[in-house]
Amino acid sequence: MIDFELSPEEEASVKMAHKTAEELLRPIGRYYDEHEHESPQELIDTMWERRAEGNRDPLGVVGALRIEEMCWGDAGLVLCLAGPGLGGAAVFTSGTQEQMGRFLKRFGEDKPVWAAMAMTESGCGSDTSAITTTAVRDGDEWVLNGEKIFVTAGKRAVEESDGFVVVWATVDKSAGRAGMKAFVVEAGTPGMSVEKLEKKLGIRASDTATIVFEDCRIPYENILGSPEVRKLDKTKTAGFQKAMATFDATRPIVAAQAIGVARAALDFVKEALEKEGIEIRYGLPRQKLTAIERDVMDMEATYKAAKMLTMRAVWMMSQGQANSLQASMCKAKTGLAVTKITQKAVELMGPLGYSGKYIVEKCMRDAKINDIFEGTGQINMLVVARRVLEFSRDQLK
Amino acid sequence: MISFSPTEEQQMIVNMVKQVATDEFRKVYREADESGEIPAHVVDTAWELGFISTGIPEEHNGLGGERSAITGSLIAEELAWGDLSMAMHTLCPALVAYPILEMGTPEQQSKYLPAFCGDKYKPATAALIEPRFNSDPCALSASARLDGNDYIVSGEKCYVPLAADADLLLVYAAENGSTQGFILEKGASGLEVGEREKNMGLKALPTYEVTLKDCRVPKTNRLGGKDGCDFNRIMNCSRVALSAMAVGVARAAFEYSRDYAKERAAFGEPIASRQAIAFMLAEMAIEVDATRLMTWEAAWKLDRQENATKEASLVKMYADDMVVMVTDGGVQILGGHGYIREHPVELWLRNGRGFATFDGMAII
Repeated sequence: MIDFELSPEEEASVKMAHKTAEELLRPIGRYYDEHEHESPQELIDTMWERRAEGNRDPLGVVGALRIEEMCWGDAGLVLCLAGPGLGGAAVFTSGTQEQMGRFLKRFGEDKPVWAAMAMTESGCGSDTSAITTTAVRDGDEWVLNGEKIFVTAGKRAVEESDGFVVVWATVDKSAGRAGMKAFVVEAGTPGMSVEKLEKKLGIRASDTATIVFEDCRIPYENILGSPEVRKLDKTKTAGFQKAMATFDATRPIVAAQAIGVARAALDFVKEALEKEGIEIRYGLPRQKLTAIERDVMDMEATYKAAKMLTMRAVWMMSQGQANSLQASMCKAKTGLAVTKITQKAVELMGPLGYSGKYIVEKCMRDAKINDIFEGTGQINMLVVARRVLEFSRDQLK
Repeated sequence: MISFSPTEEQQMIVNMVKQVATDEFRKVYREADESGEIPAHVVDTAWELGFISTGIPEEHNGLGGERSAITGSLIAEELAWGDLSMAMHTLCPALVAYPILEMGTPEQQSKYLPAFCGDKYKPATAALIEPRFNSDPCALSASARLDGNDYIVSGEKCYVPLAADADLLLVYAAENGSTQGFILEKGASGLEVGEREKNMGLKALPTYEVTLKDCRVPKTNRLGGKDGCDFNRIMNCSRVALSAMAVGVARAAFEYSRDYAKERAAFGEPIASRQAIAFMLAEMAIEVDATRLMTWEAAWKLDRQENATKEASLVKMYADDMVVMVTDGGVQILGGHGYIREHPVELWLRNGRGFATFDGMAII
């Protein structure tokens, strides 16, 4: 039955997330935006202790709604909180039972711990099949060599906790996508080091690291999925499919984060207008609306459109339904939607919008990343287009 | 619990409606648009599915089923996917039946509802839109004032579907600053149906200008009697119905241009193999889905009897823009062929452009 009602417990859980965002994240968001690379240790510890509170369904719709609330508080801070993150998601979607036990157990323990995902390289972003980092088998070990950039929470996973990084590398360059495999590298493994932290437009509280692998040796059983390279059948690109399966799970989550940032800006605008006695008159015919009413209604409708697509993608995943199309739809829509909503908010608020004293300019900077990471808007459009056309990557490049 | 899955029963209804839309509407829609006439058997076949009688209680000869705005949205989308003129024609009697069902007095219900439960299509319609630039459903120029036991209703209306044939006409007019409905029967004195309108789209649906010249309506025919009607809710039910129909029209255009783009070759490959076209189609698909989900949410609020003004007007505004973007994309993808009436995309663009105008022309 089509239904949008939250149970009282679910609603309480979402409200609790909002309260946390309001009390713990909002007040310090600006500080960590201005003090890039400083660690909000107290927040990290507190949130780690409280991580189980009200979080009954982390990968379901309620989990997504909680993420929206938290990112309404501050998206950069949410991204720096300890937890399985994208690395954990990769293990969860493509690891064996044994691997899940070995790698994910630490998230149930007392000390904050991070897991990151390392895919992007300086020479390749969206074209993840072009990676040059190599993994060569040597007896009971894999030997990794290469350099990864833009690793979210990379430093915290590698240097500040007993975490791990899921590294995508090729075991056979000639095999293209089929040769791409994911490997779990534990923090403290010799040969892995953090080279630098990026300075960014937004989400500055989140560390974005460059990680170098020099003859980095890891146990053979740290490969996620099958080590076999299936070259014969061009359509079967098993290694790459694992990466894509991870995206089906993570794209809607990133979209939920984005929506939270957009709503923060939208709420600011609506409160500011209310203070000025400007009311948004819903239900008026369009020729009677003022320009600002029209703009705000556009922003609200766009926010709602993105949110509904996101909730659907998350819901499908929680129902065990294939959601690649819907995950990319929600990500493509949301990345662009939050970019536009927050940019419009800066415009509408004028001096208040552009000023570092208020949240709107920060929302705009924080929002932009959502149209870029976990697949740019364009890559997601490409995925959607291929799916709706039922075209292969050769038919639609 | 949040869910995006229609019930089995709803899915069955959707399949049934889709079949009528495919087998009946889609067979004749182009011809109907050219000739301005919908073959009677098409409307009769759709009427036989009992969309309106299902929700009417047994005591008024209906089937006594549950009336749901969500189910209504699913039906409206499929019908409009088949053809918008035919969808509006099929559902037009609801413009009178539903407000009476929800807000009518017991007398109004027992007098008028049974007629909507017969085997034969019951022509009935509503007059809301006014022929002036600043037409506003909540600030109408048409007026009603009490005079003894009658209301005197006067004003001018346009886009009144089926007005020439309708047995019943629900006229909306301003009474002391609020919009109220008045039930007029065919041939009421002072009720003048003008020439059939010539519109950009919706060409198969006869619409008329209607003039009310000091038209006397018995006091008992004020919708809802003394209490009047909840006009806000009527508007919201209309917004949701129209949003669902916009989704149907847009989906038709998306599907057609998608299939065309896969077939049509240029520079040695299908035009859909170029991102310029493929991305248009991706955006169209995304926006159709987004609007559908927003429509469901607004419908869900209506079903809970909550005030849905915000949700309904936001989705309506979004749907108005979406359907123009998508149907225009359809014409654009077909290029020169899209402009030729041999292909249906130009029809969908003409129909789609109307949604911003169609206030109150459909209800759920």
